[in-house]
Amino acid sequence: MASLKDLRVRIASVKSTQKITKAMQMVAAAKLKRSQEAAEAARPYAERIGGVIANLAAAVQGEGAPLLLRGTGKEDVHLLVVATSERGLCGGFNTQIVRLARERIAALQAAGKTVKILTIGKKGRDQLRRQFASMMIEHVDLSAHRVMTAAPAQGVGARIRALYEAGEFDVATFLYSKFKSVIAQVPEAQQLIPATAPAGAARPDLGGAVYEYEPDETDILDALLPRYIDSQILRGLLENVAGFYAAQMTAMDNATRNAGDLIKKLTLQYNRQRQANITKELIEIISGAEAL
Amino acid sequence: MTDKLSFALVSPERELFHGDVDHVVVPGTEGEFGVLPNHAPVISLIRPGALRVFNEGAERRIFVNGGFADVTPAGLTILAEDAVDLADVDAAKLEQDIKDANEDVRDAKEDARRAAAEARLVRLEAIKAALIARH
Repeated sequence: MASLKDLRVRIASVKSTQKITKAMQMVAAAKLKRSQEAAEAARPYAERIGGVIANLAAAVQGEGAPLLLRGTGKEDVHLLVVATSERGLCGGFNTQIVRLARERIAALQAAGKTVKILTIGKKGRDQLRRQFASMMIEHVDLSAHRVMTAAPAQGVGARIRALYEAGEFDVATFLYSKFKSVIAQVPEAQQLIPATAPAGAARPDLGGAVYEYEPDETDILDALLPRYIDSQILRGLLENVAGFYAAQMTAMDNATRNAGDLIKKLTLQYNRQRQANITKELIEIISGAEAL
Repeated sequence: MTDKLSFALVSPERELFHGDVDHVVVPGTEGEFGVLPNHAPVISLIRPGALRVFNEGAERRIFVNGGFADVTPAGLTILAEDAVDLADVDAAKLEQDIKDANEDVRDAKEDARRAAAEARLVRLEAIKAALIARH
């Protein structure tokens, strides 16, 4: 049986842990709100550019199409871009993404493809490195970016395109966590290269008129496809950030509640112990008095 | 059929402007072109330069650092990487920024840092050119 002092120390320690998790939960909640707004604000651009790409992709087909759109004609080498968070304490958030990546890798390898991995975020790299160290070609560190903006997404996009132009891979897939709601983040895979027009992108109603292109379609596509890929990456990263904070908030909420339960249990034990001690002392005094 | 042009200026991070205006002059790569309500559908690339927005007799100049314009019967959408309202630009501060950027280019030791500084310099020079064009 633990002594009274031991119990007191433990209660104090659990209480201070609870204070930390409570604070982290509140910080995560505030950041979640901001990152949700950022994800929302980035939507118009992604939608518009998606619509234009859908339009152009229909007009430019076959040989004349840029390499980013028509692909290399092979699909032997796959690049998986795995985006996770830089930090932990967020429950199963990163594990979910990594699990999807593992399944993908296994499926691709079973089909005889070569897999290369580019990781974004420290946590995913650490988890994947144990198993697939030989496939990991690059890592992008975003810890310097406190808020997600377009610049890091463009950096990642430029890196991927450089690898593509160097013939390092044929198909690139982006793995990230889709932010469905505060309690549900679903890992998702999205093909980046060859670029696919977004399904269900709203094509503007031209009222029978035909688009004019200035300069021609191919030049515009050449200029737009990189931006389109960047915007997809940015969207994925923004959803990831929002999902991360949501997962962290939930995890910290659970931890706070857990600490509360533990404190209640320990306090009860402490009080019982204290009363037992008092009773024992009383018995000793009374039996001592009776003996006289 | 309205006699106003619905105009939206959107960057990858957020929507910068949205509203009805009379007339917009866009710096396309093939030359400037004006967009009035009910313009024929066009998609055009934009070179870094000033976007001139006319509304109710007032002119607003917004610097865009490249991007593209999408004109549909619904209106004009400019997708720009980066946009600055030229009314907010202080010429003296711009000069100072250009000087700083020049120094950064000279002092940069790594290629990556130099490239970043050069990109910043090109952008600032383009803003300056757009600012001078007004006078």
